[in-house]
Amino acid sequence: MPKPERYEFFIDISRCIGCQACVQACSECDTHKGVSMIQLDYVDRSVSTQTVPVVCMHCDSPTCAEVCPADAIKRTGDGVVQTARKPRCIACNNCVLACPFGVPKMHNEMNLMMKCDMCYDRTSVGLKPMCASVCPSQALFYGTREEIERLRPSSHPINTFQFGQQMITTKVNMMVPNEPHVRLIDIAMSMEQAPVPQLLSDDPLMANLYEEQ
Amino acid sequence: MSKLPVESVEIIERFGPTLAYAQGARVDTGVEPDKIVKTHCCFCGQQCGIQLKVLDNEVIGFEPWYEFPFNQGKLCPKGVKRYLQGAHPDRLLTALERNPSAEAGFSPIAYSDAIRRVASEIERIQSTYGRDAFAILSGASLTTEKTYLMGKFAHMCLRTSNIDYNGRLCMVSAAAANKKAFGIDRAASPWSDIIGAEVVWVSGSNVAECSPITSDYIWQAREHGAKIVVVDPRITPIARTANVYLPVKPGRDVILFNGILNLMIERDWLDHDFIENYTVGFEALAESVQEWTPARTAQATGIAERAIRQAAELWGTAKTSFLVHARGLEHHSHGVQNVLGAINIVLASGRIGRPNCGYGTITGQGNGQGGREHGQKADQLPGGRDLGNPQHRAEIAAVWGMSPDDLPMPGVDAYEIFRKIDRGEIKGLLSISFNPLVSLPDNSFIRAQLEKLEFYTAIDFFLNETAYHADIVLPGSLHEEDEGTVTQVEGRVIKINKAIECPGDARQDWIIIQDIAAALKREKGFTFHNPEAIFDELRRASAGGIADYSGITYEKLETQMGVFWPCPSEDHPGTPRLFERESWNPVAKGSGPFYFPDGKARFNIAAYTPPAEEPDEAYPLYLTTGRVVSHYLSGTQTRRIGPLVDQYPEPRLEMHPNLAEKLGVQTGDMVTAESRRGNITLPVSVVRTIRPDTVFVPYHWAGRKSINQLTISAQDPISKIPEYKVCAVRVYKAQNGEQPPAPPVR
Repeated sequence: MPKPERYEFFIDISRCIGCQACVQACSECDTHKGVSMIQLDYVDRSVSTQTVPVVCMHCDSPTCAEVCPADAIKRTGDGVVQTARKPRCIACNNCVLACPFGVPKMHNEMNLMMKCDMCYDRTSVGLKPMCASVCPSQALFYGTREEIERLRPSSHPINTFQFGQQMITTKVNMMVPNEPHVRLIDIAMSMEQAPVPQLLSDDPLMANLYEEQ
Repeated sequence: MSKLPVESVEIIERFGPTLAYAQGARVDTGVEPDKIVKTHCCFCGQQCGIQLKVLDNEVIGFEPWYEFPFNQGKLCPKGVKRYLQGAHPDRLLTALERNPSAEAGFSPIAYSDAIRRVASEIERIQSTYGRDAFAILSGASLTTEKTYLMGKFAHMCLRTSNIDYNGRLCMVSAAAANKKAFGIDRAASPWSDIIGAEVVWVSGSNVAECSPITSDYIWQAREHGAKIVVVDPRITPIARTANVYLPVKPGRDVILFNGILNLMIERDWLDHDFIENYTVGFEALAESVQEWTPARTAQATGIAERAIRQAAELWGTAKTSFLVHARGLEHHSHGVQNVLGAINIVLASGRIGRPNCGYGTITGQGNGQGGREHGQKADQLPGGRDLGNPQHRAEIAAVWGMSPDDLPMPGVDAYEIFRKIDRGEIKGLLSISFNPLVSLPDNSFIRAQLEKLEFYTAIDFFLNETAYHADIVLPGSLHEEDEGTVTQVEGRVIKINKAIECPGDARQDWIIIQDIAAALKREKGFTFHNPEAIFDELRRASAGGIADYSGITYEKLETQMGVFWPCPSEDHPGTPRLFERESWNPVAKGSGPFYFPDGKARFNIAAYTPPAEEPDEAYPLYLTTGRVVSHYLSGTQTRRIGPLVDQYPEPRLEMHPNLAEKLGVQTGDMVTAESRRGNITLPVSVVRTIRPDTVFVPYHWAGRKSINQLTISAQDPISKIPEYKVCAVRVYKAQNGEQPPAPPVR
């Protein structure tokens, strides 16, 4: 079996069809059966069918772990940021508030922060995570860099995100179009851009309707 | 007497839908299953490969099956949670007898007594009113072995003309048009040809929700530079990033195709060599589309002329292309014409029967393809043969060991069966894998007909809403409780494997049918010991037919992970791509690639006729219907699986904000939609992703939540498919203080 570290996680939001197969399959993962760690949201359903799946980005310097007063959040040697350790987690919510991607969730019934651990039971033995295995659109993709370059020539992966003063690099990659060339995603700047068409002339439905002369 | 034995709320309390969630071994971590069974998903025609984890005769979960070539481990939410349909509290564990004085209207009854009662009622009805007075409604979610046996049971054992199936609501317009144009009814190309296409054209297919795995094929094509054209009244998820999106007015697809062809002719975007050497009928067709100038096409289809011209240019100038469509073209009173229009632009381009080119309808039901090939369709015999054709009758009668004269003549379609009940011509009914009270249009008519039956028996694993009316319910088998074959969207025959045994008194459907034949003392031809024996007879019966399975064996299906028919001999590898230029087929016999004596495809004039019901002052809006991703067909299975219900709990009506403003409603408000046939009150979802003159409601629910209370029973004159995709309605804010339920999030 090939070494697991050759595999990487890639997200391409433009492919997402909002079907929730990832959400449903996440709760079948053997380490947290019955609880899904994936968030899938519409950007604005009233305007568009665009959806965004959010999995943990597995930061190289995880903010969640840095702000944890109980040192409950560990990162494995191969870069996977784990759910809080049950004996240590004090359910203070620091990680929930601090994560720039909004990933950790507090499970009050267990007094425990839980988050995506990239299906560590699977990926640590060379299997794909549940979500990327089932994803019908392959918006969530798990494979080698060679595969992604061969299969997706019109986009490329980046893993650098700018949140105001904070620069974050992540284990998980985000696919972006080749043109215009993008080196990092500046979150503060993109918040000023509308995620979905706002003008009538940009509305793909109204713009393509027949108008009586 | 097939009236409801008690109020339906009492039946629901006892028989469900109850929502199943994972518990016990299904949520315990680190549980080692007894075995892992490679099989396929039971929902939809994609037929994704899946591995079921089994512990103590219960399916406790799944593991992706990465090696199966079509889906490579991918699954939609239905496939992920399908295991929850097993060990379900609503599961029928005994036969049931209608009993108005019993709790919930039904009493358990010994299986053998139930079979005897069914046989004696069949005997009584057929001897009193004639053989055709007993009808059968079958389904396209059954394995091909079962569909073959249902056809044989009707035609040989009961000798009734009246058998039809719920594929009538699904793929028949495509089937009829494909036979007219190509002489064969099967997707022309494997899905791998989508990936290398320069243009992918998607008409009337909400790929993301109804055939999610196909999304990845389309996105793969896009990665390599393909342009995507999507035609739909709604911006479906697959339409969101289309290069050209054409918001067609419901019921106008054939006009659009004729207009595109007119532009292809005008700009000479034609493959003249292909048209000359491999087709007939182009000149007459070319003349017929002259009237569809771009301006007139735009006006009639409700699409901007600029967008039509863009789409025509993309299509016309492509070197390779793949066109897919689904029910959006087919569910019309001119559904066959819509499909012929699509096929015409494919044939005019010459882009079929070679790599990176193709055409196909996306089948909807689990065995939508196999279920329409081997004899459970009103006019059909195995191998895609015709019940009305003397030679075909003789061929099948020889396999069955009977006189061709004893075979009945072709019967009527599923909806007409209910009209025959209304006229008193049909008095008894057996249904399996079909829930017409939810799935047929104008379903208050269907309810009235069920009440007129003298005897009705239903075979199912849950008590579906139609079966509430049954006199006898026979407990059948879930998908994972039997083995057999199905034929998926591409025409690939695949193997379904048994994971668990039937619980209680339930048993495999083919055993139930054979037990009825035996109780009728007509067991000749109904003594198969296993599905493989049925398949082996089906292979012989299909030999020499168009849908030739004779070279397919169970062993070959396992080792090759599926075999594309036609496969006429055991050393034949199967036929992934039809119509390759030098290919041989039993009709053309070498004279050409298409299934006509001259080997040439047919251009057919695709005539436009308006929908049966157009909006007017009283009913000013179009209603169109379809699916959502977390439910399957009439919901008998998926409305019992908790996580799938949570994802989409109940129907909602989609409307454009311009319309919402006029009606004074906003997302979450209750609205009433009303047609000439019925009404429904449901929450509204205001979205800019639907034409302002159209509203959409999904159809998976029963009773007062069924949109088929409103739909129209108009049918295509050739395929007999109902016009689910368009009728006229009015919509207004709900009166009487009806409050929205807990807000659904979507």
